[in-house]
Amino acid sequence: MAQQVVGTKSGQRHSRDWVVGQIGKVSLLYLIVAIGAIASMFPFFWTVVSSGKTISELYRYPPTFWPESTQFVKNYSEVWSAVPFGRWLLNTAWVTTWALIGGTLSSAIVAYGFSRFRFPGRDLFFVITLGTLMLPVEVTLIPTYLLFSKFNWIDTYYPLIVPAWFGGGAFNIFLMRQFLLGIPYDLDEAARIDGANSWRILWQIILPLSKPALATLATLGFIGNWNNFLGPLIFLNTESKYTVAVGLRYLQSTFAGGSAVVSRPQDHLLMAAALMVALPCLILFFVGQRYFVEGIATTGLKG
Amino acid sequence: MTSQDSSSALSATAPLPKQRVKMSAARRREAIEGILYTSPWIIGFLVFIAGPLLASLYLSFTKYNVLRPAKFIGLTNYIFAFTNDPLFLPSIGRTFYFALASVPLAMIGSLFVAILLNQKLVGTTVWRTMYFLPTLTPIVAAALLWRWMLNPDVGLINFLLDKIGIEGPGWLSSTTWAIPSLVLMGLWASVGGSRMIIFLAGLQDVPTEMLEAAEIDGAGTWAKFWRITLPMITPTVFFNLVLGIIFALRTFDIAFVATAGGPARATWFISLHIYQNAFTSFDMGYASALAWVFLLLILLLTLVQFRLSGRWVYYAGER
Repeated sequence: MAQQVVGTKSGQRHSRDWVVGQIGKVSLLYLIVAIGAIASMFPFFWTVVSSGKTISELYRYPPTFWPESTQFVKNYSEVWSAVPFGRWLLNTAWVTTWALIGGTLSSAIVAYGFSRFRFPGRDLFFVITLGTLMLPVEVTLIPTYLLFSKFNWIDTYYPLIVPAWFGGGAFNIFLMRQFLLGIPYDLDEAARIDGANSWRILWQIILPLSKPALATLATLGFIGNWNNFLGPLIFLNTESKYTVAVGLRYLQSTFAGGSAVVSRPQDHLLMAAALMVALPCLILFFVGQRYFVEGIATTGLKG
Repeated sequence: MTSQDSSSALSATAPLPKQRVKMSAARRREAIEGILYTSPWIIGFLVFIAGPLLASLYLSFTKYNVLRPAKFIGLTNYIFAFTNDPLFLPSIGRTFYFALASVPLAMIGSLFVAILLNQKLVGTTVWRTMYFLPTLTPIVAAALLWRWMLNPDVGLINFLLDKIGIEGPGWLSSTTWAIPSLVLMGLWASVGGSRMIIFLAGLQDVPTEMLEAAEIDGAGTWAKFWRITLPMITPTVFFNLVLGIIFALRTFDIAFVATAGGPARATWFISLHIYQNAFTSFDMGYASALAWVFLLLILLLTLVQFRLSGRWVYYAGER
């Protein structure tokens, strides 16, 4: 058993065992991966199912795994008529667009400054910038709120958009800088010899080469802003100005039952609304997936 | 520009006054340009981070309810927090309980998923997407969706538990099970997310020659993992651990939406306590003091982790 001669009968039997063992291992692997994937996806499926049920079927026990009398259209349109859902979607799209443009563009410019120019205090400031990742928002939120109320910006979208235009935050700057450090400095030099100034180098050489990183930031920015909850919760008061995240929270209290609007909980409508809020991010992920995964991976590399 | 750069090496040995002025002019120009490009963030940092940080430190020594001017009251807020606020210390305990329960599970879970997805699987992208989707769900939506699944009477989870003969708990409506429920929800929402992808990147950086050499020496899968893979990815583990603890301690959205801090304050975390004092009671001075205690706690904890990291984190490129 210990000695193996290539081509002997015992050698072949050994390899057959080995093959059987490998098949067993591989199928076990796929089984575990599939179980995990199902656990990840099942809540979505259950939300879809619940959002198409009638209210009496929804609260029936045992639960049904597919609506007996489907009323998807009725439930979804009920959400749209019960609250200004379309308005909320537009609000969210507006805030998200401007915040992500600002966050992406300004972080690219700032990262250009950090990666291509030497100035006193640069490295220390960069370390401090990274340190801000650890700050709990609570510490800066109160004075920021007071500042914005001095500007009369409460219940407007400015608090959700304007800060993004000032560098887009430490995470964006870090990710962009990591990427820019990978672009050879020779390119800058060559352009400079040809008479280009640094602003032109940024726009005509650096940014076109940074498309993958910019796409990553845009995707992350979309998801971060779309899902932002605390910001809109604090800065927006008027119902018609809500973004979908706070709108959903508002729906939760409206549809909880025992109110003037509904006497019983309306969880099927809540599920329909939750799904509609999540959908744009899910769609975007399929579009920008490649950039998304790569972007996160490069950030974590030399943490 | 390049000619100037190369002559700078010469000028170091033989300083020529005139040329030196020219050199530093170029350097000064570079510095000015660099600062100009960085200026949006310098301003943003001062206005939205450093300024507010100092302002909240000042506010923490005052009584301030927005309507009347802030009144300096010394350490009163801090003393009140530790001696008279019946909710503050328990909220810290609860927050740490949540972090202690969720961080190890999240770390092990994400690493496990990363190892799975690092195998040569057919349809890697599809699997990765399926694991990643929960992360993209807005936390408000995730909270609502799980609230419904965990409904004690007609929820799916308790129905399935009932099927295998277990009587399900009250989940979010039970004081004992509320935090474990949030841990479960957080785990679902994050296990396949960026933490996992960072692990995946770390795993892909482990040199294959090293693993192959170990295999030739007769190391099994288990030995290879413990002796090579794990030590090689300790920087990634450290990165995820530090950020994971901070994020767990900061948990707000999910508790705010799924339980609103209840039942009977069972999920009343420090972040909710600060929010409530600041934006419901408008006791801005007191809330600032709480935020500063919270900040110092996080800083201390992070510092300890950095100190301890020398003992277990291995940097391959360390000089």
